[in-house]
Amino acid sequence: MPPNPGRRDVLVGGIASAIGLGLLDGCATVPTAPAAAAPSDLVDLSLEVNGQRRALRIDPRTTLLDLLRENLGLTGAKKGCDMGQCGACTVLVDGQRIDSCLALALQVEGRKVTTIEGLARGEELHPMQAAFIEEDAFQCGYCTPGQILSAVALLAEGVADSDGAIREGMSGNICRCGAYPNICAAVRRLRGRG
Amino acid sequence: MRHFSYQRAASVEDAVRAGPGAAFLAGGTSLVDLMKLEVLNPSRLVDVSRLDLRGIEARPDGLRIGACATNSEVAAHPEVKRRFPVLSEALLSGASPQLRNVATVAGNLMQRTRCAYYRDLATACNKREPGSGCAALEGWTRMHAILGGSERCIALHPSDMCVAMAALQAVIHVRGPNGDRDIPFGDFHLLPGDHPEREFALEPGELVLSVFIPFSAAGMRSRYVKVRDRASYAFALASCAAGLEIASGKIRAAQLALGGVGTKPWRVPEAEQALQGQSPERVAFQRAAEIAVRGAQTRRDNAFKMELARRTAVRALTLAAEGA
Amino acid sequence: MKNIGDPLPRVDGPAKVTGAARYAYEWQVPGMAYAVLVTSNTARGRVLEVDASAATREPGVLAVLTPQNAMRLPGPTQGEPPDRVVQALQDDRVYFSNQPVAVAVADTFERAVHAALMVRIRSEPARHTVRLEDELANAVPHDLIAGGRSIPADEARGDVARGLREADARVEQTYETPPETHNPMEPHATVAVWEAPDRLTVYDSTQWVFAVQRKLARAFAMPKENVHVIAKFVGGAFGSKGSPWSHVLLTAMAAKQVGRPVKLALMRPHMFGMVGGRPHTRQKLALGARKDGRLTALSHQSASATSRFDVFVEGCALQARHLYACPNIESKHRIVRLDIGTPTFMRAPGEASGSFALESALDELAVALDLDPLELRLKNHAEKDPIEDRPFSSKSLRACYAEGARRFGWEKRSARPRAQTREGMLVGMGMATAAYPGNFAPAQALARMNADGTALVQSGMLEVGNGAYTVMRQVAADALGLPVEKVRFDLGDSTMPEAPITAGSISTASVGSAVLLVCRALRQRLEQMGASGAASYAEVVQRAGGAPIEERSKAAPGEERKRYTMLGHGAQFAEVLVDPELGMVRVARLVGAFACGRVLNARLARSQLMGGMVWGIGMALHEHSVYDEKLGRIISRDLADYHVASNADVQSIEPILVEEEDTVVDPAGVKGMGEIGTCGAAAAIANAVFNATGRRIRSLPITPDNLL
Repeated sequence: MPPNPGRRDVLVGGIASAIGLGLLDGCATVPTAPAAAAPSDLVDLSLEVNGQRRALRIDPRTTLLDLLRENLGLTGAKKGCDMGQCGACTVLVDGQRIDSCLALALQVEGRKVTTIEGLARGEELHPMQAAFIEEDAFQCGYCTPGQILSAVALLAEGVADSDGAIREGMSGNICRCGAYPNICAAVRRLRGRG
Repeated sequence: MRHFSYQRAASVEDAVRAGPGAAFLAGGTSLVDLMKLEVLNPSRLVDVSRLDLRGIEARPDGLRIGACATNSEVAAHPEVKRRFPVLSEALLSGASPQLRNVATVAGNLMQRTRCAYYRDLATACNKREPGSGCAALEGWTRMHAILGGSERCIALHPSDMCVAMAALQAVIHVRGPNGDRDIPFGDFHLLPGDHPEREFALEPGELVLSVFIPFSAAGMRSRYVKVRDRASYAFALASCAAGLEIASGKIRAAQLALGGVGTKPWRVPEAEQALQGQSPERVAFQRAAEIAVRGAQTRRDNAFKMELARRTAVRALTLAAEGA
Repeated sequence: MKNIGDPLPRVDGPAKVTGAARYAYEWQVPGMAYAVLVTSNTARGRVLEVDASAATREPGVLAVLTPQNAMRLPGPTQGEPPDRVVQALQDDRVYFSNQPVAVAVADTFERAVHAALMVRIRSEPARHTVRLEDELANAVPHDLIAGGRSIPADEARGDVARGLREADARVEQTYETPPETHNPMEPHATVAVWEAPDRLTVYDSTQWVFAVQRKLARAFAMPKENVHVIAKFVGGAFGSKGSPWSHVLLTAMAAKQVGRPVKLALMRPHMFGMVGGRPHTRQKLALGARKDGRLTALSHQSASATSRFDVFVEGCALQARHLYACPNIESKHRIVRLDIGTPTFMRAPGEASGSFALESALDELAVALDLDPLELRLKNHAEKDPIEDRPFSSKSLRACYAEGARRFGWEKRSARPRAQTREGMLVGMGMATAAYPGNFAPAQALARMNADGTALVQSGMLEVGNGAYTVMRQVAADALGLPVEKVRFDLGDSTMPEAPITAGSISTASVGSAVLLVCRALRQRLEQMGASGAASYAEVVQRAGGAPIEERSKAAPGEERKRYTMLGHGAQFAEVLVDPELGMVRVARLVGAFACGRVLNARLARSQLMGGMVWGIGMALHEHSVYDEKLGRIISRDLADYHVASNADVQSIEPILVEEEDTVVDPAGVKGMGEIGTCGAAAAIANAVFNATGRRIRSLPITPDNLL
């Protein structure tokens, strides 16, 4: 049985206080239900998620996305298409952005995975998260974690040197609400800042 | 996904030994996708992504690119950009940054068709299930091949990278139970013919180790043009990789391959020859483009590809002639 | 203090940018099982046999529900219209391809997906047709439901035939819009938890918790209070989550049958057909005008596809009834029955498709008359509703035209096509009018003042990206005279006061009005109890014993709806670049000026308009649910084959808010903005493509092959 994380709940509490909101709507914390599976076909996996080493026994068919969402309760990575066509599941693996829906969890054995839950530094939002709020770079919020991680990676890649390059560099993340211009504005806001 | 066993290869030899009967897994963007749909159902996966096959190495006569180099790494490599701009452009025009970060050279060589019928278990597909028929022949063919098809399959080859590599006349180096061998790029992908389920000229257990791309003057003056339905993150309606070596106002050598139109990356040596000795001008480009789509068989929804491919080829040749 | 209108950042922003916002599938309950749908391959016929033997032998598989073994629901599966007819394994009939015919349930997701793929369906297919053309001869008139009320299929005034005879110029053309699919980023998802044999909790991705509650209560023959529906965040909807579809019932059935909580999310390919879409339309336009541009006739006849088993009418020709001054108008709606899933409301239903036809035709008329397209529209500006012969509650369309044209630089347009180029690309400019009804439906809210001086306000509307958490808090804070930090607005729960569907640009106006009224009532009561200003609220509550003071109110439209026509208006301007050889179109700029009554939050309003305009780009250039006619199946079943606009497709989008005061439309003075950004946008782009290329594209989308 995969260990129950519990971490998510801590994190949610942390964010609520970080924002000083105390009125965080719709974020009730509930215990994570570990996904059960007959032990016979399970395999061992160990990896680092948001700075924490995790050791689990999993069905080899588990994708990284489902591992995060179902086994670890990190539902910030979203399932939009489950076939690499929308980018909602974007996470960072060893600092690089990937679509976690097309990676078997086993492929990232031993790697460092960063999800949206691990982006804020303690109680302080990552500047990209803050920029997304300031520029109103999201509406329904479902593609947002993927957009933010993608944007963080884009800046690290050092190729966002024009508006066109930002648009192209963010094109692996579909936003059906149509917040694209504001997403680009958020990236522009941070471009050039160390 | 069906059940499978998973093993991570410790070495190339280890992988080759485990190879027969197994599927090699590198980035997984194509294989895992199709396994989830249960279109591909390997019972054994051999993960080769951590083998030392990522290097990009300049040799005196060309560039050797490791099979597991990612699309992002190859596209950004200074020697690739300098020697083969068409390859960098083609890679960057494909998929998305996230996918390019994990998709590999070998995986891209073995990228499967995006034929909607191939991906839909509810429909007949000879490639997926030999002998079941081909729903595409009487179906929606806007994204299907007009060149290289058969009465059993008209599935389009979707890769951008492969179009550039076909034009550049790359050579694929593989290792199998019977040793190493080189496969010329044009021989690597098989036409569907009577057996669309056979896609690659690989023997059981053979593993792609690297791709060698010979240096050429035309390669340095090469461009990739891709026409698609949206500005990014879309497969080609038609694309063209074109390189020209121009000396004293005449074309000395040409490289030309089409994408988005063939059941494999579509290189036509006759079209390249037709350009040799000509002035790098529109009339010569149009003639070459004409030759390149010779023999095309169009259907209701893809008739436009004939003209679009010609125009795309003329555009790519024009840009190549203008130089970087 | 003034909270309304302040560009307050989204109060749910922190939750959304940190991953803490919880969407339906993400609610976790101990013992959860996973369900995956199996759908039909045939478009019409009967299921003869569902062979689940191999699937049920798989480890961890708990059940495979089929038409043979699924529980018989004790009550009806359909509620009052517009609730949709759904398929919940109650019989063996297949009405469309991709209809649910089985549900696999297992203890893990991987096992459920695999089990679903192992289920074999044997069916007896019947002849089907999914082609609009094939059934056009059998088109029949049908009344519409729009903005929550019934509207007659046909309306007319004057004599269109005579108007056309008297015209100096005529345009008679047919326009076509393809079937489209909403594709919100979050697939439809339901979590069903039976707390007791007759008590159900459901977490659902929905635009209307009360519709989900009613449907489940009816189907399972329970009092509706026994069904608790929760939806705190919805990952986009655009109309597709306005009605509870088959999967909602199926998830609850599965949970009952396996005796565990069950969650189910549609896989992306399931979303094509089973949960609605914009229907295929064919629209005939006939316009006649005098030399000076004044319209003498306007005829708009629309035929739109629906299913064999349910009705949805795309209201394409509704705008013709209100938009332009013309003595002779006719507007007709026909439906065509096909073997497809029932279409439904999709962002600007009717107006988006209809404005493409109407505003393209006006552009053609402007060409025929050699008039500027904007001038033609100004010539026919309606000072009152041309059919109903009554005033508008407010109308600032002239200001929208003027402001939009100015910011866009309309005067730089060349009337002659192919006259402008930029870096080898043809440049074209086009414009169109936008209009969308100012809808208002009954809504309830409660407001509670706590002993600490903070307020809680509730209404069971939804947060779908509309900014509900934010703007309702602003409205409440304003009415109570409190800073927004002291007010919490909560939503998305069927135990809260009833709100109308969060769709059709209804909810901000309606719930906003209810929140305004209830907060005014609460304030009044607190003042009666001795409060003098917000600072004293806490003291007043404490003095009264400390229990929260609560008020409930209802806002509802009244007689004024009969005396006025209520519309938001706008003007869209597009600049396109077209590759003259390769046919690729890029929308370089889209400027839209909109007047929609009171703006509650300019930052969020702009975003919503911007999103609507991006939809216009998708509609103009990309979106198309392609049917394989032989198989009767949507074959563009994923986001690689069904394109929506990507970031690179969207360059400069400028939504402009034109000030407008409307004291009639609803107490909040608000006309919703969820849809109007899409209205007219596709036409403005298509008109710009004509201006760039000289090619008039009358069938969407405009793809490169159209322009070779």
